[in-house]
Amino acid sequence: QAYNCLIHFYKRDFVMSGTYYFVIVGHNDNPLFEVEFSSSGREVRKDDHRHLNQFIAHAALDLVDEHMLRTPNMYLKIVDKFNEWFVSAFVTASRQRFIMLHDLKNEDGIKSFFSEMYETYIKQVMNPFYSINTPIKSVHFEKKAQFYGRKFLTG
Amino acid sequence: MSRPATRLTDTKKVSGELFSLTYGALVAQIVKDYQSVEDVNKQLEKMGYNVGVRIIEDFLARTKEGKCADFRETAEKVQAAFKLYLNMSPTVTSWSAASDQFSLVFEANPIAEFVELPDNYADLQYSNILCGAIRGALEMVHIEVAAWFAQDNLKGDSVTELRVKFIRKVEDTVPAGDD
Repeated sequence: QAYNCLIHFYKRDFVMSGTYYFVIVGHNDNPLFEVEFSSSGREVRKDDHRHLNQFIAHAALDLVDEHMLRTPNMYLKIVDKFNEWFVSAFVTASRQRFIMLHDLKNEDGIKSFFSEMYETYIKQVMNPFYSINTPIKSVHFEKKAQFYGRKFLTG
Repeated sequence: MSRPATRLTDTKKVSGELFSLTYGALVAQIVKDYQSVEDVNKQLEKMGYNVGVRIIEDFLARTKEGKCADFRETAEKVQAAFKLYLNMSPTVTSWSAASDQFSLVFEANPIAEFVELPDNYADLQYSNILCGAIRGALEMVHIEVAAWFAQDNLKGDSVTELRVKFIRKVEDTVPAGDD
């Protein structure tokens, strides 16, 4: 019996090996920026999971808004769960919502990632050519997201 | 942070960030108003010209120095003006053989601090107001110059380089009016 449990544990780890989906949601519930990270070597096919991820993130928005009103903290920790996915959230001073879907608990990493992305977001907003609540298409921003994702999430 | 009040004119200090954001909002608005990037560049240069013709009086009042003997002294005064008004310290380099062209090299450009040029505005000379200001200020002291950006941090270069070229001494004293 113990042997079977062990096999199940290893299989579980192999299938869900630390995948993260990060999205910044604007005031109109529109996604401004999306990126995925996976610590396994295999490529994450964006098309497969993208719709589901967007659905889960969108469904969590009401809960995020509720939590937001109840706490002075920006980091809201885990606000929702969907099957094997946890949903963590972070709300900026201007009420932009950072949502992270993840299958492993990694509170410190996620919190650090949110903080660094917040700094990066502030810099982006200071750009006179960027309008708030529009999709972020800056190469610099994407590079930062990749960098911090590797640093704090996938390692 | 504030110096003792021994200056003749009071200096109301403004936050550098506020200035950068204000200038950014200005450029963004002009970009929306005009269709072509070239027009925007011209407008910024014109605005800079209008700033320059006025600020030269203030500069001369504060520094109280006499005429420049040659173009090299002019370059030094321009350098001093950047320090005085924008707290920027460019280096004067790349003198031409005839001493009629020089470059002001800035390691960083504080008025463009948070700016990232979108792809469709790749030809935008974001800080063109500085070129216009130099042209306007020097024209009021009877020196006609052309000023342009040879390199720009925003376009991926390692430094921002403003090139100034002496064209001629203006003998007739009628200044160009505001356009």
